[in-house]
Amino acid sequence: MEYFLQQLINGLSLGAIYGLIAIGYTMVYGIIGMINFAHGEVYMIGAFVSMITFLVLTMLGGIWLPAALLIALIMAMVFTCIWGWTVERLAYRPLRGSFRLAPLISAIGMSIFLQNLVQVLQGARVKPMQPLISGGFELMEHDGFTVTLSYLQIFIIILTIVLMTVFTLIINKTSLGRAQRATEQDRTMAALIGVNVDRTISTTFVMGAALAAVAGLMVTLYYGVIDFYIGFLAGMKAFTAAVLGGIGSLPGAMLGGLLIGLIEAFWSGYFTIEYKDVAVFSILVLVLVFRPTGLLGKPEIEKV
Amino acid sequence: MTLLDVEHLTMRFGGLVAIDDLSFAAAEKEVTAIIGPNGAGKTTVFNCLTGFYKPTVGRVTLNHPTGPMYLERMEGFRIPQKGGVARTFQNIRLFSQMTVLENLIVAQHNVLMKASGMSIGGLLGLPSYRNAEKEAVELAKYWLDKVNLTDRADWDAGNLPYGAQRRLEIARAMCIEPILLCLDEPAAGLNPRESAQLNELLLNIRDKHNIGILLIEHDMSVVMGISDHIVVLDYGRKISDGTPEHVRNDPVVIRAYLGEEEDEELPPEVAQDFPESVQKGKGA
Amino acid sequence: MSVNNQKNDMLALLKDAGIAGLIAAALALPLAGFKTFDVNGTLTAEPRFHWVLVAAIVTFVGRFTISIGQRTFFSSFSKAAGSSAGSIGAFIKKNQTTLAILLLTAAIIFPFSPMANRHSLDLAVYVLIYVMLGWGLNIVVGLAGLLDLGYVAFYAVGAYSYALLATNFDLSFWICLPMAGIFAASFGVILGFPVLRLRGDYLAIVTLGFGEIIRVVLLNWYSLTGGPDGISSIPKPTFFGMAVFSRNAQDGLPPFHELMNIEYSTLNKFIFYYFLILILALVTNFFTLRIRKLPVGRAWEALREDEIACRSLGINPTNTKLTAFAIGAMFAGFAGSFFATRQGFISPESFTFIESAIILAIVVLGGMGSQVGVVIAAIVLVLGPELIRELQEFRMLAFGGAMVLIMVWRPRGLLAFREPTLKLDGQDKKGDGT
Repeated sequence: MEYFLQQLINGLSLGAIYGLIAIGYTMVYGIIGMINFAHGEVYMIGAFVSMITFLVLTMLGGIWLPAALLIALIMAMVFTCIWGWTVERLAYRPLRGSFRLAPLISAIGMSIFLQNLVQVLQGARVKPMQPLISGGFELMEHDGFTVTLSYLQIFIIILTIVLMTVFTLIINKTSLGRAQRATEQDRTMAALIGVNVDRTISTTFVMGAALAAVAGLMVTLYYGVIDFYIGFLAGMKAFTAAVLGGIGSLPGAMLGGLLIGLIEAFWSGYFTIEYKDVAVFSILVLVLVFRPTGLLGKPEIEKV
Repeated sequence: MTLLDVEHLTMRFGGLVAIDDLSFAAAEKEVTAIIGPNGAGKTTVFNCLTGFYKPTVGRVTLNHPTGPMYLERMEGFRIPQKGGVARTFQNIRLFSQMTVLENLIVAQHNVLMKASGMSIGGLLGLPSYRNAEKEAVELAKYWLDKVNLTDRADWDAGNLPYGAQRRLEIARAMCIEPILLCLDEPAAGLNPRESAQLNELLLNIRDKHNIGILLIEHDMSVVMGISDHIVVLDYGRKISDGTPEHVRNDPVVIRAYLGEEEDEELPPEVAQDFPESVQKGKGA
Repeated sequence: MSVNNQKNDMLALLKDAGIAGLIAAALALPLAGFKTFDVNGTLTAEPRFHWVLVAAIVTFVGRFTISIGQRTFFSSFSKAAGSSAGSIGAFIKKNQTTLAILLLTAAIIFPFSPMANRHSLDLAVYVLIYVMLGWGLNIVVGLAGLLDLGYVAFYAVGAYSYALLATNFDLSFWICLPMAGIFAASFGVILGFPVLRLRGDYLAIVTLGFGEIIRVVLLNWYSLTGGPDGISSIPKPTFFGMAVFSRNAQDGLPPFHELMNIEYSTLNKFIFYYFLILILALVTNFFTLRIRKLPVGRAWEALREDEIACRSLGINPTNTKLTAFAIGAMFAGFAGSFFATRQGFISPESFTFIESAIILAIVVLGGMGSQVGVVIAAIVLVLGPELIRELQEFRMLAFGGAMVLIMVWRPRGLLAFREPTLKLDGQDKKGDGT
């Protein structure tokens, strides 16, 4: 029971991170119908920017922790957004309306490029960082097993809830959100009634990148080790989360993320840790076979 | 004799009812036209008939020489394969990087596939396959000649001018040797001379090849010129059904096309942009 | 066209380049502007802002030069550049028969030329493996238009099937080779069947995941695959039962060199491998050239162009795609068998995503669907970094960047051209040129 509870807490924190990345996939897929393979790398860049910000802050003498967190959060979001914007501008925008495979190949090329760019710039070795936030609440103790809810986990979950609320409001209430939904439905028509389609698509990438940056920050704090390769697996899992929740659906992405996080935590807790990625991947295939629209997705009507 | 029998066909997308309890029949060796204002659900009917959508309710019976077939139950690609129902698309769908001739050969896939012994005989270069391919080329040549594309047979289909692409799509559909040909706005974007040629081609197909034609079309010169039977749709419902003469004089149809008196008036800020004549003739 | 106008134009260009430079600086600031490294277990960052400056200046100058070039010197710069790649494609197309004969002759003469030594033969074998993989993947990506990002998984399945069959059951290379191919193809079918009926881009991500999963399973299924230690002492192939590699007779048969009455030389082994992979690759090529002209091959290309039109013509899309996917996997399986027998040792390390990416880059650079293009691309992409060792570190960086640039520039591939599978009047002519 205690063990179960602990895995539940761990799974939810992990799932929140996946959910934030998954939103980037789902938003981009919704608006231009394309899998942004480089999104995992954008998240990896977010993690690196956060780590470097923390290091620079320490170098400057260190400051009050909440301020440091806030600065790192802002830095990670700003710089990762610029990366997200540039990726779209260079690798995807010129390919709109091109040969069907072209944007996908371009995206995979971008992913390889970014991964290796970071490897060349920062080295291939893993980057271990001193834990910044430690400690937590001890919820219960039984037979020497303590269930803890760390401050970091609380931070992750609260931040995720805040961001989800803000993003849902943006998409449902603002003119930007309306433009996004219009572009999603019919790009030509949206352009005809005066929506700046290029800018709307760019904004979508930037928003996805911002959330991925937050996920990057969280993972840096949570695991304390990052390397240039983390984007690959996290991207796979987040994409699975997006498909599981129903691609194109924002709450679906978060729900999918939480489920994937839970599955991974319980699988590692009760079965073999080596095969946790295999388990997640099998879910992807099973969902695609039995419920391609995901849990909250709308059925896709083929335009003939 | 009826070739195609559509009964109580209904198609819903979520809350939207695209086709509402539609029944009609199409006969052998006749041109049946489906007309109606934009958004009346015409293409959706086609998509239901040719297996791209599964109708929510209804039955579509094809009276195939081998016995009746229920199209709504068949997997999409089997409808042309087993049922012999061919179609063209509103937005032309050619294999644009392949040549004109190749487009017509691909259409004979199932015949050639059998002849090639599921590719194994073909890989070994058996003569039976070579003969089958020769025959396929002969059929393609016949249709190239019909649609006047013989001299451009080795062009990439994507490089053809618009009108020629439309004709090629019809030729390609005919290469599966169908018993029912469904044409989705074949005259769209054609000039009057090309439309007239199209009329001739379709009548020729109907008479010489003894097949039924189902036609969606906005160009009334085509519809009235060649249809034996017209079905009029509005908002997914059938509002009229009969000979061209009957439909032309049906008050319900006239109202659907030209609108009620009060609908006629445009808002003033829009009206000033249009000359009088356009306002009167709108929608037709 | 007044001077004033030109001045404004120039200012606009400068501004545009300035913005690009600023963006580059912003991109570089966090990632290149600081170097992170370990000092006694503590991670520290050290500024190196000059890198940021370099990035900004290079981008500024580059952007400015390109726009100036576009506007003033040759107004259709990009068009000219596009057609120059097009003209390489056209050149290959026009001379493909000559080119193919030349390449083939060179390939046959090479092992007997003075250039042949252990090292060069080894490199040639290495390149040929990629040529074969490129041709195999070309069936899937180039012809059928299915983006397979886990092609290396089938290569791995082939290699491990061969290794396991040969070491556990003591079967000969010539029996294991087809079996490995069949195994790989079955994996293709099992994976493809559920996924190929879905939207095309799902296939990409599922194959990407599958590639990784195969590697994870190979790493952890210790009892079968030996985990990270891999499988070693994989038997060598024989030539109709004769040992090619030993000086002495084996199983009562004379060794190859005695029978052929040639002097035993260790080089023979390398030449043997070279011809083995050359033949396997050529089989792949001839198979592709032939099947392109069969209904199934034409249906692949038609599916690549328009799946909906295919369905309206009665082509079963799932089965047709599945054949392409499985046949592609089969050739990867063959290549894997060869790899296993040549190395004598395999481990999961040889089958990472990077391999899939290299093979895909070969196909994309070579021009999707173009057979000669794949050979040229494989030579450039595999041999290049091998010859210039300093480039190794930047190899994947360059591949990724090149894939993006090629797609933006020529979405069908750099050297892409397509030969019709039949022509109206020349249909009896044999077109086995490529």
